[in-house]
Amino acid sequence: MSAADNVRPLRRGLAGAGAIRERRLQSGGAGDRIFKLLTGAMAWLVLILLAGAAFSMFWGGRLAFQTFGWKFLYSANWDPVGRQFGALVPIYGTVVSSLIAIILAVPMSFGIAIFLTEVAPKWLRGPVGAAIELLAAIPSIIYGMWGLFVFVPFMSLHVEPWLNDNLGPAPIIGALFTGPPIGIGMLTAGIILGIMIIPFITAVMRDVFMAVPDALREAAVSLGATTWETVGRVSLPYTRSAVVGAIFLGLGRALGETMAVTFVLGNAHEFTKSLLMPGNSIAAAIANEFTEADSKIYLSSLIALGFLLFVVTFIVLAAAKFLLLRIGRLEGARA
Amino acid sequence: MNPIVLRRRASNAVALGLSTLATLFGLFWLAWIMWTTVSRGAAALGPRLFTQMTPPPGSDGGLLNAFYGSFMMISLAVAIATPVGVLAAIYLAEFARGNRVGALIRFVNDILLSAPSIVLGLFAYVLIVRPEGHFSGYAGAAALALILLPVIVRTSDEALQLVPGTTREAGLALGLPHWKVTTKVLLRAATTGIVTGLLLGTARISGETAPLLFTALNNQYWSADLKTPLANVPVVIFQYALSPYDRWHSLAWAGAFVVTMFVLLLGILARLLFRQRSTR
Repeated sequence: MSAADNVRPLRRGLAGAGAIRERRLQSGGAGDRIFKLLTGAMAWLVLILLAGAAFSMFWGGRLAFQTFGWKFLYSANWDPVGRQFGALVPIYGTVVSSLIAIILAVPMSFGIAIFLTEVAPKWLRGPVGAAIELLAAIPSIIYGMWGLFVFVPFMSLHVEPWLNDNLGPAPIIGALFTGPPIGIGMLTAGIILGIMIIPFITAVMRDVFMAVPDALREAAVSLGATTWETVGRVSLPYTRSAVVGAIFLGLGRALGETMAVTFVLGNAHEFTKSLLMPGNSIAAAIANEFTEADSKIYLSSLIALGFLLFVVTFIVLAAAKFLLLRIGRLEGARA
Repeated sequence: MNPIVLRRRASNAVALGLSTLATLFGLFWLAWIMWTTVSRGAAALGPRLFTQMTPPPGSDGGLLNAFYGSFMMISLAVAIATPVGVLAAIYLAEFARGNRVGALIRFVNDILLSAPSIVLGLFAYVLIVRPEGHFSGYAGAAALALILLPVIVRTSDEALQLVPGTTREAGLALGLPHWKVTTKVLLRAATTGIVTGLLLGTARISGETAPLLFTALNNQYWSADLKTPLANVPVVIFQYALSPYDRWHSLAWAGAFVVTMFVLLLGILARLLFRQRSTR
């Protein structure tokens, strides 16, 4: 807008100025309406894409759902030649490998978050935090390659023979740790998944621990609480729902992680109890077999697997989001 | 000293010691993975990598076609997702602050942000590859754009919300229409944040493999045509790493090294930009 624009209305007198201002407001109004429509359309597109993804996979998998019904979920028979598909083995593998990941990642992330908020000197917090975040930046295919060429041999030579000897004979859990120490299998995949989700869980835990009001922590300290007691009895109860949210977020990541586990799971379709035997996961089965799917029902079964994965991760991530929202509200109420 | 105090102090020392160990545990894996990638990748690096095509089994070659394919698909994905994402973020930050529509779309966007990339790849397959009847670079770019979009929406939304309300009011008080205030004033103020998000998002899609398996697939030969299956670094790494040939293995490591360095470089750039913004 030039200076002349501002001067002109004065020359034309009051009535003219009013008319021009009116017109300008209206034209601005039209521009604003278009602008709002355009940006709004793009924002709704995000929602449409998510709904579209769900629907398209349901549609792509309908042949499998129609053919096999509920059996698709509980049958362990995956037979491309006989065109029979049951997803129990991949479902079981996804759940078990993610559980191993959570068991490993939660205490580690909790420890790292405490280190970053309570233990480390100020100058160390930035670099160490950045290094842990780097774990999330490394592409998952790199984890997969490292897993296959470095970690699998390590597991096979050093860890799994020990597990065989020491945990194998144990009563109930023994069955989990018997089998040939080939390195490939659920345990290896679970450990790699655990490493991969540490940065996600750590980041949220660190942020919510930092968000605990100083007054609360100072109150605990002034009563003589040690650092650990302050964390355990003040920070943790205050941030409980967000901490659970962080774990769900990590779980959501672990469930859908593909490349890292595809390399080290072994793509087996036989059901086994042992964590040391080759297994499968939903994501790994899709990645491994998609280009080989030679019949309509095979392809449809793989897409149906994708739909299952989508539904499960949606529920887990939505739960995570709700839990994390609650802490946001707490903070909002305080402020 | 009082035994209770002693016990409490001891458990404090043990807990904090364990937390330090957990940190060392995390850093240990990072060091191990990085060292493997750098040592094996650097050993396989050479000028051929950037001048020759992917070889058939048993002969030497490079990854030129794969680099080109990845570059094309990532560029196209950025070109699609950036305008859509920024516009959507403008709506969230300017028109849907604190209302239900905004909360719903932010919620959905966050889900999309963490959704498994393999699922988004399948979506692109059902949407583009199946109706067309063949794999293509366009489908690959669409899958990558789908992964990039929520990153851009999230970071741009946050960057726009950080622009002080007074800046917005100053623009409106001059009589500027809202759209001009947004595009000429607010977007400029939020540029650093938006670019940071773009860099991080690009880093994320650079290593994405799973969605490309069903969309761009792979191509052993040179192809500049996005309508055909397109070679790309992640899928080549995947196929070569799982092959029984040593030469393919070393090419896969070289590719892994280049991708990792590229991703880290983008991450460092984003961090520098972010720091510049927060110190200002």
